[in-house]
Amino acid sequence: MTSRHTPVADWTSDFDHTDPKWVADPYPIWEDLRQKCPVAHSDRYGGTWLPVTHEYVSEVAYDTEHFTSRSVVVSEVRPGPEDLPAPIGLAPPITSDPPFHSIARRMLLPAFGPKPIAALEPFTRDLCRQLLDETAGQATFDAAVEFAQHIPVRVIVQMLGFPQDDADIFRHFIRQVLEDVDQSPEERQELINQGEIDAYMDNQIADHVANPRDDLTSFLVQAEIDGNKLAPEHIRGTMVLLMIAGIDTTWSAIGASLWHLARHPDDRRRLSAEPSLMDTAVEEFLRAYAPVTMARLVAQDFDFHGQQLKEGDWLLLPFPSANRDPEAFTNPDTVQLDRDHNRHAAFGLGIHRCLGSNLARMEVRVALEEWMAVYPEFELAEPSAVTWSSGQVRGPRTLPVRIL
Amino acid sequence: MTTEAYLVQVDPDKCQGHNRCCSLAPELFDTDDLGMASARGDGTVAAELLDNARRAVANCPEYAISLTEVQP
Repeated sequence: MTSRHTPVADWTSDFDHTDPKWVADPYPIWEDLRQKCPVAHSDRYGGTWLPVTHEYVSEVAYDTEHFTSRSVVVSEVRPGPEDLPAPIGLAPPITSDPPFHSIARRMLLPAFGPKPIAALEPFTRDLCRQLLDETAGQATFDAAVEFAQHIPVRVIVQMLGFPQDDADIFRHFIRQVLEDVDQSPEERQELINQGEIDAYMDNQIADHVANPRDDLTSFLVQAEIDGNKLAPEHIRGTMVLLMIAGIDTTWSAIGASLWHLARHPDDRRRLSAEPSLMDTAVEEFLRAYAPVTMARLVAQDFDFHGQQLKEGDWLLLPFPSANRDPEAFTNPDTVQLDRDHNRHAAFGLGIHRCLGSNLARMEVRVALEEWMAVYPEFELAEPSAVTWSSGQVRGPRTLPVRIL
Repeated sequence: MTTEAYLVQVDPDKCQGHNRCCSLAPELFDTDDLGMASARGDGTVAAELLDNARRAVANCPEYAISLTEVQP
């Protein structure tokens, strides 16, 4: 997608995460900023800050006093007076602050723990095999479109207990929410007002109330906080969050890992010859190609490392930049499949650690295991045809590969 | 002859449930229903698991795990 904004002239004072240069390759931009302006500012989106070092990104992630999570997607629209107030926010718990945050989060954590996620592995593996079967006989195909993108959406649809046939509805919706952030306030408000997804969720909630079953939607419908069932908008917000947080992100991680392997025959062959490297390899892909940049709103005026942050300013929280900081990682721009010191922040840090990290790791690992079992040798079919998503989730959206 | 003994501990205020330690050293760490980690038993690390303990420390994003030498 091309940006509707004017091109960025100076990254220290006018950055824009939808600029074509950032979308194509943000790493040199961050590296440059780390050296000369570790907390950059831009007037765009009504005022936005950008810390780029591991130290400063961590500091913001741990500071829930000066920063609120009330909105975590930078756009021309800030949450208005009509929206649910902090500390609940629009999609608990990601948009919640303490103390409500931990209440909403604790309720969800058991559903995303290591054991329940392990139970989803056979479904995920079958799904990957089926998707790969469908590519059989094609010399070239799009690994992002035909393989990676279907995996997380179908797994979350399965978890929520929605019909598998509805998976495409969500792919479309997620893309609008996360990628069309440079639309005008009017365009974006219209999109939010359409309420199509809310209506779908409401129907599913009603159906699960009438016919409870063993899935995440029934779990949410039955869940209680302090003896009270959840408000319908809380259930709906959480379901929308699971969709938004779980789909583009893991699609991106799988796609970026395949993009790396397509371009690095040595790593590809090593991984093929030493499957026991898969766990550290997955962590290394997550570090080097972390898809998610979060955001905060500044909660109160204060001085952050010499910059005067004002209440209501946006702040982009680029975990992918933290993961490339040479102060925190040795040779950060080199992918080392067996990297044994890897405290990467791909899933965030602090109280908002990605709720679905166990799920995402399982999906990336299973997708790569199944891919490598069928297609150990492949390359980019047309390097110039690879396209990357715009916005706060980074991953390949077009990834034509040639099977060798 | 003296032998060093090692102890792993997880700081419950720092752990956010990334689950790296349990994945790298399941013999040494366990998680509760919320996915938060703690050391198994009293945290004593058998000599053959020392490398795994070090790996768990070096891969915890929250710096929540400590490995300390204790006098036997």
